[in-house]
Amino acid sequence: MGAFGILSCGAYIPRKRMSRAAIFDAVGWAQPSLKGLAKGARAFGDWDEDAITMAAAAARNAIRSLPETEPTALCFASTTAPFLDRQNAGVVAAALDLPSETHVFDVSGSQRAATSALIRFNETRSGASLLAAADRRHAKSASAIEMLSGDAGAALVLGEGAPIAEIVAAKSIYADLVDHYRTAESETDYVLEERWYRDEGVSKLATKAAGPVLEKANLTGSDIKHLIAPFPNPQLARTVAKQLEIAPDAIASSLFENCGHAGAAHPILMLASVLAHAKPDEWILLTAFGQGCDTVLLRTTQANTDTNQAELLQTVQSNGHIEENYTRFLSSFGAIDIDWGMRAERDNRTAQTVAYNKSRDLYGFVGGLCSQCNTPQFPKSRRCVNPECNALDTQHDHRFADLNATVKSFTEDWLAFTRAPPLIYGNVSFEGGGNVFMEMTGFRPGDIAIGAPVEMAFRIKDIDTARGFHRYFWKAAPVDGGAHG
Amino acid sequence: MAEGIRDKVAIIGMGCTRFGERWDAGPEDLVNEAFEEALADANIEKSQIDAAWFGVFYDEQNVGKSAYPLSQYLRLPNIPATRVENLCATGTEALRGAVYAIAAGACDIALAMGCEKLKDTGFAGLPERTKGTFEDLYQPGFTPPGAFAQLGAAYAAKHSLDMKDLKRAMAHVSWKSHENGMRNEKAHLQKRLTMEQIINAPTVAYPLGVFDCCGVSDGAACAIVARPEIAKDLVGDNFVTVKAMQLAPSNGVEMGHQSWDGAHTLTTRKAAARAYAEAGVSDPLADISLTEVHDCFSITELVLMEDLGLSMDGAAPSDILDGRYDAAGDIPCQIDGGLKCFGHPIGASGLRMTYEIYLQLLERAGERQLTSPKFGLAHNLGGIPNRNVAAVSIFGLNN
Repeated sequence: MGAFGILSCGAYIPRKRMSRAAIFDAVGWAQPSLKGLAKGARAFGDWDEDAITMAAAAARNAIRSLPETEPTALCFASTTAPFLDRQNAGVVAAALDLPSETHVFDVSGSQRAATSALIRFNETRSGASLLAAADRRHAKSASAIEMLSGDAGAALVLGEGAPIAEIVAAKSIYADLVDHYRTAESETDYVLEERWYRDEGVSKLATKAAGPVLEKANLTGSDIKHLIAPFPNPQLARTVAKQLEIAPDAIASSLFENCGHAGAAHPILMLASVLAHAKPDEWILLTAFGQGCDTVLLRTTQANTDTNQAELLQTVQSNGHIEENYTRFLSSFGAIDIDWGMRAERDNRTAQTVAYNKSRDLYGFVGGLCSQCNTPQFPKSRRCVNPECNALDTQHDHRFADLNATVKSFTEDWLAFTRAPPLIYGNVSFEGGGNVFMEMTGFRPGDIAIGAPVEMAFRIKDIDTARGFHRYFWKAAPVDGGAHG
Repeated sequence: MAEGIRDKVAIIGMGCTRFGERWDAGPEDLVNEAFEEALADANIEKSQIDAAWFGVFYDEQNVGKSAYPLSQYLRLPNIPATRVENLCATGTEALRGAVYAIAAGACDIALAMGCEKLKDTGFAGLPERTKGTFEDLYQPGFTPPGAFAQLGAAYAAKHSLDMKDLKRAMAHVSWKSHENGMRNEKAHLQKRLTMEQIINAPTVAYPLGVFDCCGVSDGAACAIVARPEIAKDLVGDNFVTVKAMQLAPSNGVEMGHQSWDGAHTLTTRKAAARAYAEAGVSDPLADISLTEVHDCFSITELVLMEDLGLSMDGAAPSDILDGRYDAAGDIPCQIDGGLKCFGHPIGASGLRMTYEIYLQLLERAGERQLTSPKFGLAHNLGGIPNRNVAAVSIFGLNN
């Protein structure tokens, strides 16, 4: 057994970025004080993304570089999980097609949800574990949170072996200091005065949680090369650095410029951002605040340079597609009630009996591979689709989710209902065989062409507005929608 | 191949309502309108009908389930009546049921009726519908224009065509049908369009514009079929017989196997080959005088000309632009205006196509009349290019 730590990490930031200047143009009349934040762009998910899909995307990126590693546990961390009583982690695990024996569970309740799970995994150290975090916070129009937050996911594979960053020490303290909160009934955060939080909260909690960790490793603040202090307002990071005597230039980028604060996922996202360019043998102090403070001390290893840092860097530094239309941004999470017409009235009631029986097809994108003629096909069926074969009960599981694919035919349909017109869909050919008629996502009109390479993205297929249910399936997306390391 | 049904069944009467936005009529009115025309044409009493088939596609906010509405609307004397549904081939399926009953000797005279009251659904296009409990969970939320638009993109790519050139051929398809529809008082759309209007129309689903799409309408059409021996007594020596009726549903190849290129309709090719064999047609270009094909969208008609063997693969755009399928061309297509001008009340469409061929063969088509047509071919394509039901029927005179 080797050291315990991070075996790989992945990040996912939606392509769509809302220009903060455009937000200010729309709401500045109500809150002129937001002008100071009207810089850069914040990430936001398309209508078909939620915390589950973003966590799944990040997790796929994290495990891609570890094909031999099968996690025995998966933790989904979020404060905006789409389901309060349906295990969200189970959907993420199904999208990754993890075995049913995997121990999957959700954590929530604070911005420390993900780091608390990280610390717990470090304490138990039982096999390889996957931590997948994502948040998609709704914010009131003209609130600071609207400007400061961003939708994103981040994931870590933790375990023993050859980590890219070893976990050296960790500590967690709690304190019911309520700087902001969101209840089960409220859609958006209620935020209190920041000066109190800075002086009474951040300063004191950082010292209390990080001091012992540094002490245990025989370090001082000046040894820290990267300080991760994931606050919506980057100014608070300077408070932590000052308190711990960490050099200001060690403060890691808060990703304000092109992403925004991704809630419970943000500490992990910032960690991924740091690991994307960190050199071996550098000390990283990861902190997270939320009614207490989690602190994790890590040291990068030689293995970190072996990972695909460039792709990870591309994800966290990409400017995506800049959106200037504020109503389109609001519509992406249902904050504006667009009249979509009668086609939006289609009843999307899910036959749960079928969804359960076909869950590997739908969530794992597992089809069939005929053992007689080697024809891949989706969905898996009793009889082979190859007209030259048609053999009965010969199909083995064949996962389409990670295969290369190209566009065989497509349309941009302005008549069909979608929350992001036009609905783009078509036939997709998979490498090695197999054709699937499916929806596409992430393309703008005019972007797509026959023969274009696509990759599979796990997304919301339909929202059943009558019953509040999200159903998920895979869509063809432009290549390079995320990155892994 | 089995012996088939060639010349075993006569069509002795047909009726067809005016198609359109029939705010004035319910399905009961439409069914009676078509039926009275057919009954008078066949020169029989209602009581002589042994059995009936009723084609209705949509269940929701439409005519209603089962054959009971037909039996009630016509006050049929409790004869066997069956509702059939097979997507856009529904009307033809009603006819096939009646034709098979006659050919089997189970009935002497049978009725096939198709009706759809689309404008009661409240939609501008076809209504939304479920695809089934499993397929709803993964298939795209497509519309018919979007699903058929796939043909356009794939056809252009397969034949290395500039989309502008393909769009011009597609526009000619619609232009031609509107020219024909101008001469049909039963057509929904009786309006002349220019090529420029069609080409520059707003996009519905790339590459289809508004005028690449057929209309949406209400209508009913019906046929009364009988044993040929009876037909002679009722309508004289000159009558129309069924030469072939073939059906080919997809079995999943287009949806899931890479052998399909996305630029043709596989099932039409299968059904057409069988229909030509059943009808004894060895050279479609010589024997088929006119076609009524499933022109739900202009691109569909374009690829169908190849799928039916009337154009060589890749040659449909030039054949179309050369006028081969115009009213004055070698093999006129949609001489009545087609789905393009009639609209597509689904249960009725197959019978409406048959109605025009019936009129043409009997030389009763008025100013649309073609010169001495030999065989007429009707074609339906139910579903979408990825998965569909193709019906190919061939009709001619009894002698």
